[in-house]
Amino acid sequence: MKILVLGEHNENEIQQATLCVVDAAKKLGGEIDIMLTTNASDKVVNQASKIDSVSKVLHFSNERFQNIVGEDVAECALSISDDYDFFLTSSSTTGKNILPRIAAKLDIQQISEIIEIIDPKTFKKPIYAGSCIATVSTSQKKNALTIRTTSFDKAELGSGSAVVETKNCPNFSSRRTDFVKNELTVSDRPELTAADIIVSGGRGMQNADNFALLDGIAGKLNAAVGASRAAVDSGFAPNDYQVGQTGKSVAPNLYIAVGISGAIQHLAGMKDSKTIVAINKDEEAPIFKVADYGLVGDLFELLPELESKL
Amino acid sequence: MKILVPIKRVNDYNVKVRPNQSNTDVELNNVKMAINPFCEIAVEEAIRLKESGKATEIVVVTIGDSKHQEQLRTALALGVDRAVHVKTEHNLQPLDVAKALAKVYEKETPELVIMGKVGIDGDHNQTGQMFASLLELPQATFASELKVEGNKIEVTREIDGGLETLSTDLPAVVTTDLRLNEPRYASLPNIMKAKRKPLEEINIDDLGIDVNEKVKLLKVESPPEREEGVKVESVDQLVEKLKNEAKVI
Ligand SMILES: Cc1cc2nc3c(=O)[nH]c(=O)nc-3n(C[C@H](O)[C@H](O)[C@H](O)COP(=O)(O)OP(=O)(O)OC[C@H]3O[C@@H](n4cnc5c(N)ncnc54)[C@H](O)[C@@H]3O)c2cc1C
Ligand SMILES: Nc1ncnc2c1ncn2[C@@H]1O[C@H](COP(=O)(O)O)[C@@H](O)[C@H]1O
Repeated sequence: MKILVLGEHNENEIQQATLCVVDAAKKLGGEIDIMLTTNASDKVVNQASKIDSVSKVLHFSNERFQNIVGEDVAECALSISDDYDFFLTSSSTTGKNILPRIAAKLDIQQISEIIEIIDPKTFKKPIYAGSCIATVSTSQKKNALTIRTTSFDKAELGSGSAVVETKNCPNFSSRRTDFVKNELTVSDRPELTAADIIVSGGRGMQNADNFALLDGIAGKLNAAVGASRAAVDSGFAPNDYQVGQTGKSVAPNLYIAVGISGAIQHLAGMKDSKTIVAINKDEEAPIFKVADYGLVGDLFELLPELESKL
Repeated sequence: MKILVPIKRVNDYNVKVRPNQSNTDVELNNVKMAINPFCEIAVEEAIRLKESGKATEIVVVTIGDSKHQEQLRTALALGVDRAVHVKTEHNLQPLDVAKALAKVYEKETPELVIMGKVGIDGDHNQTGQMFASLLELPQATFASELKVEGNKIEVTREIDGGLETLSTDLPAVVTTDLRLNEPRYASLPNIMKAKRKPLEEINIDDLGIDVNEKVKLLKVESPPEREEGVKVESVDQLVEKLKNEAKVI
């Protein structure tokens, strides 16, 4: 059995998510190859070759990959698809964008957001905003899976010695999509899905300036800052801070929810956190139902006090 | 410009859906159903493009049993011109939905297809990308802004790192994210008028789609419940517990 992992990187580093996907691939069992599309970035190729249990790194190098357009990555994967039984990626926005495009061409019904591999044909995945867990089985010869990384460990980086193979890019001439620009959030904090501690704010924060109260605490704890949909919709925080069913899934050691009511769509993205703290002035707020420690009160009084005592 | 908007009938997002008694599926009897929120956003975007003079006709399509006509009527009441109902008693998986939609696309030949990024029921997030792939159309997923200029579109996408802008030729497929727009409500007079708008029925068999359950649902369970914790009295007590009990700071 052969597994192709679509590797993700930022030209500088392999994403932690890819290490989790390799861990999932190990649970499937079989030979694991990683595909990378880069703008001649030997650094990430080198790094990928050191991931534990990976046999081969297939490197597609092209200046177009300075800014990756999903259609091109799908074309690259399709050019080598004959060799593989499984196509795996994380359920990041990149993975979600690309994998169905590959699956459809191969006539595969993809399975999304896998949280458990029971055997190579049987998987668990959340449905209905995590209010139910489905067990599904596939009868297909080839399968395409997106992996919810919070449910898997990270494959070790450094112990592997994969062979690097340079691949020729397919002809991209038919592509009719062009990259225009991006506006990436710059932060010296840890990345949300990789952080050990997350401090998230909701509508209760009232405005963008007040998010600085969370920054103070995040600074002391080396935490990432997250947000509810309501906070993002109201412009208090950028879109990539959103935690939830349709935002990011996170499972840090400590999740501190401040001024967040605890709607099912928010819980869907964070209720697997190890320890949950809720700070809310409404003692009936549903967030307290999932919180290990609840603190009832006004966040504008409690946050400065918390910062000073950390 | 003609716009095709595929919509999905799902549970109302306020309803907490549970497994059925025998744990073979979810229990949807007596659950309030609605247009998938992301599809509502797609419908709204199409209507705004028509109102601004960029689009001339909006066709909405859904695939499912007869009850799906409720959602088509709602879309018509919101301002869509015409509806297509692809009838099937099966609960189709995204690949088959994409194949059926591709047939409808070929009949309708729209310049733009706007659909939801994900159905809040199955959490697949697949159909739009599969549909685009089958038709070899460009795709711009998770859109938070859409501009139509001549025979091109420029789309800002919500990605994990922030925002990205792509430009594609038309025809193209766009899938919507939450912040693309805020959908309107249908007014009572428009709900009445919608009853007279055209709604075409097609049998899925007539599209030559061979419905294939490639992935079977074996079991549906509730997730493990989290135990409700304790309320602490003060910040001091919280810090003490996080340090000494949970040992997370
Ligand atoms: C299709 C769809 C997808 C969605 N996806 C997501 C998602 O991915 N993520 C997400 O988060 N939501 C999502 N939502 C939205 C979700 O349903 C809720 O609307 C949202 O989570 C509410 O955000 P909130 O808790 O910040 O705001 P609210 O529900 O308004 O809660 C604000 C809380 O702040 C508290 N508060 C106010 N002032 C103070 C104060 N001074 N001190 C202490 N506490 C205070 C209040 O008591 C209240 O509990 C989605 C909804 C839909 C329909
Ligand atoms: N049965 C269906 N009929 C019409 N459109 C659908 C159907 N199922 C999914 N879609 C479209 O595909 C999008 C993504 O759905 P999904 O891939 O199921 O998450 C939805 O928002 C709809 O626009």
